[in-house]
Amino acid sequence: MDTVLGIDLPTWWFLLIGALISGYGILDGFDLGAGALHLFFRKEQSRRIALNAIGPVWDGNEVWLVIGAGSLFAAFPLVYGTILSVFYLPFMLFLVAIIFRGISIEFRSKEKMNWWHQLWDVSYCLSSTVISLLLGLILGNLIQGIPLNANHEFVGRLHDFFNPYAGLIAITVLSLFMMHGAMYLLMKTEDRLYAKLTIIANNTSKFFILCFMATSMATLIYVPHMTAIFKGHPELFILPMAALLIVLNIRRSIEKRQYRRGFVSSAVTTALLLILFAMGLYPNLVLSNIDPRGNISIYEAASSDGSLRTMLLFAFIGMPLVCTYTVFMFWTFRGKVKLEEHSY
Amino acid sequence: MDNVELLSRIQFAFTIAFHYIYPPLSIGLGVCLVIMEGLYLKTKDKVYEELTRFWVRIFALIFGIGVATGIVMEFEFGTNWATYSRYVGDIFGSALAAEGIFAFALESAFLGILLFGWNRVSPRVHFMATVLVALGSIFSALWIVVANSWQQTPSGYRIEGTGMQARAIVTDFWAMVFNPSSIERYSHVLIGALLAGSFLVLSVSAWYILKKKYIVHAEAAFRIALWVAAVSSLAQLFTGSKSAEVVTKYQPAKLAAMEGHFEKSAPGDMYLMGWVNAKEQKTMGLKIPGGLSFLVHHDVNAPIPGLNSIKPENRPTAINFVFQTYHLMIAIGMALIALTLFALFMLYRGKLFQTRWLMGVFVFSVLLPQIGNQVGWYTAEVGRQPWVVYGLLRTSDALSQAVKAEHVLASLIMFTLIYVMLFGLFLYLLNKKIQHGPDVVSEDETSSRMNPSLSPILNE
Repeated sequence: MDTVLGIDLPTWWFLLIGALISGYGILDGFDLGAGALHLFFRKEQSRRIALNAIGPVWDGNEVWLVIGAGSLFAAFPLVYGTILSVFYLPFMLFLVAIIFRGISIEFRSKEKMNWWHQLWDVSYCLSSTVISLLLGLILGNLIQGIPLNANHEFVGRLHDFFNPYAGLIAITVLSLFMMHGAMYLLMKTEDRLYAKLTIIANNTSKFFILCFMATSMATLIYVPHMTAIFKGHPELFILPMAALLIVLNIRRSIEKRQYRRGFVSSAVTTALLLILFAMGLYPNLVLSNIDPRGNISIYEAASSDGSLRTMLLFAFIGMPLVCTYTVFMFWTFRGKVKLEEHSY
Repeated sequence: MDNVELLSRIQFAFTIAFHYIYPPLSIGLGVCLVIMEGLYLKTKDKVYEELTRFWVRIFALIFGIGVATGIVMEFEFGTNWATYSRYVGDIFGSALAAEGIFAFALESAFLGILLFGWNRVSPRVHFMATVLVALGSIFSALWIVVANSWQQTPSGYRIEGTGMQARAIVTDFWAMVFNPSSIERYSHVLIGALLAGSFLVLSVSAWYILKKKYIVHAEAAFRIALWVAAVSSLAQLFTGSKSAEVVTKYQPAKLAAMEGHFEKSAPGDMYLMGWVNAKEQKTMGLKIPGGLSFLVHHDVNAPIPGLNSIKPENRPTAINFVFQTYHLMIAIGMALIALTLFALFMLYRGKLFQTRWLMGVFVFSVLLPQIGNQVGWYTAEVGRQPWVVYGLLRTSDALSQAVKAEHVLASLIMFTLIYVMLFGLFLYLLNKKIQHGPDVVSEDETSSRMNPSLSPILNE
């Protein structure tokens, strides 16, 4: 099999897509979280500032979803088709929420009526919450495995997806994003909104840690295959330990009012949790919970070596560019939000 | 055709047709914005700056809906067409991923600066952002059309596996990218987008001129957009005939459907308008006998293989539909050439902006390129049927196995309701922005109302 730097091509793409999904979770995570918190801000002025805090960057953040999905399509088409068609209705709801979220941000400032603002505020908050929950629900089911037979055909039913473990993951993802969003908003706001957000950050971080503990316990008990890798490689246990320390560091940063550090910590937490998931998964991409032959491995799902190699070259050229744009954008709009005549 | 197939096809057709209202406007308007802001940097004339700021606001509205409805498209390949995704992932997926990395990332990142960066970056950096957003949208179209062109004229691939396990594998990446129809179809699509964007500017400017509002701004914008539109409409004639040549060579069934040509080997006629009775295999209408043969082979007597030379199961089913959409596209193309050339002539005579009926025509002309772009794509996509990848994979074989008809019906109803609402809101807000007009502070237009929104917004 073709390798680049000693790593085979499907593994490269497994890592790359993992990085893209982590990038999406970290970047869109904070603006989804900010959206989910939106209705906690009561004043029109506060809501405008909160919206404009993510205004110039949220579209760039969503790019990571588009690239992540496109890469999964290109590198592992079998998985792309399987996951999206199996989770047909959840993904359709996800798309609807994506549409509503985009137009809420865009349309809100276009009229002066109070009810108009209220309407789009609710729509923005609701769609952000629904997107976070659906991402968690899908993730929760992928962690447990889905009913695929030996031919990778789906033999389950839709309502199987609404199980307690997936629900727990959904709430955990929402709480993570809300905490992450609160920390981002703290870096962008001043005065009374800032004061309010310190309380919100405090509460959401407590809520997240509660969810994190519950998820850890539930995963150890109910999803043993996710932790099987530690039996063979006890040294890898350093990763969940690091995750725990960083999560505790979030609390410390909030108590010390070091929100930039807190934001970085919650970003690292997002990445570490996805890395733990990836380690439990590798070399599979989709697990079957009824028949091990139903698992879809990266080798079975991968596109041709030629295609993977070309695309890897594209990624090596393109991703530094994407990261440069991202940094340039955040740098241009650094500092506290000031409302201007062209703001939302 | 079973229900899942029918519903999935309706859903895809509906969501892509709705999506396609917006990207061509973004591309064409993006190019107009580059010219406007470039002129501002060059001349330092405030009118161009105010024009840029005004059209950026409209661009934002269009771009936002384009992105939201575009993400739907990317996901639908996987949700509704899982077998297709697996079959073409190696190729189509690569092009789609390249679009994300090289194009969409560029436009989305710099859109922030375009919209919100006025006071954050220097005018030069802002102009650079405008150029990059426009370039991003142009690259975006490139990769998408490349992916679609491969479906029309596959090349640079081999088929691996058989039956439900079969899939297409790239053997030559550049042969895949530059497949026989890529360049012709991309240029045709790109110019169609320039027409869509420039005619929006023409329409809004003509309306201001009729209403005697923002005259200086409107005339400046009209001139810019008229040149873009005139050059584009002439160029479209060329790219259109090139596209027709490619169809002739590689997709004979589509060509035959476009002209309603049934006989196995007889000279092909060219219709100006007409009606196809597919059952009786008759096409009636106003025609140039042997015109198609002349266009393709430069000989009115050269035989053209008709639909009867193609196996019945490989023929497009909606022949009259393809015939009508194709001829409507051509008619619109010709009308746009006549309209823009006549307007240029009137501009040369110095009477353009005083000719009120012509301004009235331009107000409504915005619909023409939109309809032209839509029916052009209907011709290309319906004419390709029954194949989703021409000659390789049938649309009926491309479906998701896990999806049930009631799920697709539910999502189709959902999309219909949301898109109807979205379109209503879009028209409402577009109209509002147009009524509001550019924020004018330049001295040469003191008659225009000063805009209240320039007062410090924090006091609101």
